[in-house]
Amino acid sequence: MMPLDLRTPFGVTLALMPEIALTAGALVVLLVNAWRHRTAADSRLSGYVALASLVPSAIALGLLWTGGARPEGAPFMVAVDGFRFAALALILVATAATILLSLGYLEREGLIAPEYYSLVLFAASGMMFMAGAEDLIVLFLGLEVMSVSVYVLAGFNRGSVFSAEAALKYFLIGAFASAFLLYGIALLWGATGSTSLSAIGAGQSGGVALTAIGKVGLGLFLIGMGFKVASVPFHMWAPDVYDGSPTPVTGFMATGVKAAGFLALVRVLDVAFPEAHEAWQPVIAGLAVASMVLGNLVALAQRSLKRMLAYSSIAHAGYLLGSIWAGTTLGAASTLLYLGAYALTTLAAFGILAVLGRGGEREVTLDSIAGLATRRPWLAFALSVCMLSLLGFPGTLGFVGKWAILASLVQVRQLPLAVILVVTSLVSAGYYLPVIMSAYMREPESAESHDQAGLPRAAVVTVTIAIAVVLIFGVLPSAALSSAIATAGTMVQSVAAP
Amino acid sequence: MTSLLASIGFERWILHVLLALPLVAAVPVLLAPAALARRIALVATTVEFVLSLGLWWAVDTASGTLQLVVSVPWIKAWGISYAVGIDGISLTMVLLTTLLMPLCVLGSWNYITERERGYYAMLLTLLTGVLGVFVATDLFLFYVFWEVMLIPMYFIIGIWGGKNRLYATIKFFLFTMAGSLLMLVAILVLAWVVAGKTGTLSFAYEHLLANSAAAGPLAPYLFAAFALAFAVKVPVFPLHTWLPDAHVEAPTAGSVLLAGILLKMGTYGFLRFAVPFFPEVAMSPWVTNLVLALAVIGIVYGALVAMVQPDIKKLVAYSSVSHLGFVMLGIWAATVQSLQGAIMIMIGHGLATGALFFLVGMLYERRHTRDISAYGGIAKVVPVFSLVFTVVALASIGLPGLNGFIGEFLVLLGSFRAHPITTGIATTGVIFAAAYLLWALQRIIFNPLDKRENESLTDLSARELAVLLPLLAGIVWMGLFPAPVLERIEPAVRHYIEQVRGPIAALELSERTPGARP
Repeated sequence: MMPLDLRTPFGVTLALMPEIALTAGALVVLLVNAWRHRTAADSRLSGYVALASLVPSAIALGLLWTGGARPEGAPFMVAVDGFRFAALALILVATAATILLSLGYLEREGLIAPEYYSLVLFAASGMMFMAGAEDLIVLFLGLEVMSVSVYVLAGFNRGSVFSAEAALKYFLIGAFASAFLLYGIALLWGATGSTSLSAIGAGQSGGVALTAIGKVGLGLFLIGMGFKVASVPFHMWAPDVYDGSPTPVTGFMATGVKAAGFLALVRVLDVAFPEAHEAWQPVIAGLAVASMVLGNLVALAQRSLKRMLAYSSIAHAGYLLGSIWAGTTLGAASTLLYLGAYALTTLAAFGILAVLGRGGEREVTLDSIAGLATRRPWLAFALSVCMLSLLGFPGTLGFVGKWAILASLVQVRQLPLAVILVVTSLVSAGYYLPVIMSAYMREPESAESHDQAGLPRAAVVTVTIAIAVVLIFGVLPSAALSSAIATAGTMVQSVAAP
Repeated sequence: MTSLLASIGFERWILHVLLALPLVAAVPVLLAPAALARRIALVATTVEFVLSLGLWWAVDTASGTLQLVVSVPWIKAWGISYAVGIDGISLTMVLLTTLLMPLCVLGSWNYITERERGYYAMLLTLLTGVLGVFVATDLFLFYVFWEVMLIPMYFIIGIWGGKNRLYATIKFFLFTMAGSLLMLVAILVLAWVVAGKTGTLSFAYEHLLANSAAAGPLAPYLFAAFALAFAVKVPVFPLHTWLPDAHVEAPTAGSVLLAGILLKMGTYGFLRFAVPFFPEVAMSPWVTNLVLALAVIGIVYGALVAMVQPDIKKLVAYSSVSHLGFVMLGIWAATVQSLQGAIMIMIGHGLATGALFFLVGMLYERRHTRDISAYGGIAKVVPVFSLVFTVVALASIGLPGLNGFIGEFLVLLGSFRAHPITTGIATTGVIFAAAYLLWALQRIIFNPLDKRENESLTDLSARELAVLLPLLAGIVWMGLFPAPVLERIEPAVRHYIEQVRGPIAALELSERTPGARP
């Protein structure tokens, strides 16, 4: 056990070591770019440096986690518990995968601007601050660091009108959402006298109800977060932004940004407002149902795979909101598990999509992947595993995640939400299965189709690892599940045993 | 035999080997050259069948409870185990499955000409999935097998099926999944309410069965969720619309497996899970009347629709709706005879309809049409084929001396006392069955030979005979000597009735089974 006094500079520095290491890495990449920023080789070099700079962060995280770091006294500014460490690990994995997928992609698309990688790292450090925040102000700072970096990333393909549209849209709506969030935080501060999550939580224990002002603040906060995680009805930006951004960035947004948002949301609701659950549970349930229903129904109508995945990510936001609803240990554990499954699968899917596109992923439709299995059997297999995992089919990690969410809902007898979740999952089969059908059961459009589709080496590694993890933990989920429950238990104190 | 099996520790490993062998064999099938793939698949499925035969002796015929039970913790945090076991009911289903599978491989020998490796690997995966459904005694494990088995079938129809295969395969998938997803929620709810009462979270079958009363007011909803999943699979009218599409579009082996085995998973689910878990709900007058009505509608409607089909394969497909209606009737009459009859129909339908689909497939391979009107008078050209076709059709109609008769007779006999009117209407289904099959037989095999294309048909080859003879043997053997099978089913059926209707009802009904000793 390693107690850290978070009120001393030394303690807080130690606690923030993973974030600090990552930010330092981002600065190193920027420095490298100052001298090397012209050729494809330079771009690659930046990519490798960025990848390498994840290592110290991961080591710091590992030391904190295995060392059993915990705060001395009340937590302050930044959380030091297993849930934060798991969140950081998830973000690091998503970042590493994004960098690996970008290596080949940027070169192929002729996007030689190595600042890309430092932006990815800055975004990742923002996510880490956000997901580990123990204070609403820290949360907001992390969110802004992340968002600003991702705005730029979305518009990174300067030659593309759609990319520019994506960046502008994302920026405008993001700024709007930030305003809501900030105003919500201000009202919460007014109502509770604190921005510290545990202090807010402690203030309500013993039956002190949240005041009306506090409820309005919480509502505004949820609206802001709703925008960030793209839940219905705050989702309008998502399809266009996902569609227009460079594909690895889309993957990053759909996984990293979403993960950071949800992890922060879980922490805020479970630590600061466990007593006020009557206030937020109906809101979360409403957002969840709207996202599941609308996301799935609209995804059904898409022909472009990238747009389909964009809408389906709205549906997944709905499932994740469902995982938050219960506010129990199992609920938080299911959020972690589902995010892990979803992040791995989605990154692999976008990685595959990137190579299928060849200069225009927007054009990748169900028809253009017809007959993929006869030409590129492994690619088709990997894509199918991704689709089945997103669908939540047994044997994949996606199923374990969905099962965990359902279990958390059933445990607190929230049956309507559970039923809506499975029924909308069924709808999702209507657009995930045709992908498999097209790849396996239809003839290729021409003899040369898919000749170009080959994953670059770095992407092969990423996709292979992701698929292997999805399958292995899908069949043997025991370890993942126990550790998720144990990890969630470090944060949610009101343990409701199953 | 029993001592021999005991000496090799048969009961300790057999179920695991049966589940693992096909999956393991799928690997060399995928890697081997295409011509070798089917041979490996044939060897693997034949070995599987021979091994499974040992179960005939290994299962204690006097006991009605689950045997050869093995349970290994799988996901400890949720009390989920890899747990398998077998009783008289699942024994018959396992043997039916392992018998049909090598025949399916042999029947696909020349029919499947592209992507053979994938095809045979899918058949083997399907075998594991189906056997898993029949032997799983943990509800999580059961659900996993239940769902996973969809994937190989989805590919078998979707890749190697007929013209309209994409539509058929997604319909099949969505229908089945629609039912099973609600069952997933029901399984979770049941496990958690039982955990709330007993303090142990577990998905073990016996644990949930013993405490399923904890469901209380939720029981009707849970039963409905389970029942929906199984009713889609059976299929109970009006959830049957996926069946004609899937059966017709599937390649021959796919139709054989769909009709022969996959439909039985639905009725098996009722027998194993839905009814024993919630007997008060299942046997309440309201549900009983509903199920009986749907069963009878299925019997009559299936038969009538079969009668007007111009396509032989569709005719056979609709006949399944009719036959499975008898099984539902038998299950809900819940007497020893009716249940034995229901299980006999499940086996008999597997053999006879399996054989019919094979025969239709063989015709199709020769003429590339399934229109009844394209045939006529082929008895002169292909006498052996016609003989086999006639015998199988008669078995399906329920001619005494062949296996179809025993099952339908027992169901009608067992149901008559409790539900005379319903049973009376159901009896017409037998007459309709005779009508549609005999009429089809007449138009295909008899009548004048007036189409020139039919004059050059070739008779059954040795390989085709090898596919059909085991089925014929089963049909005749079970028709003449049903006692050994009935004896094995009876204890399980009595045990089932005890669970469903309480011990007194089981005593009341304990007169000897008619026809047990010929």
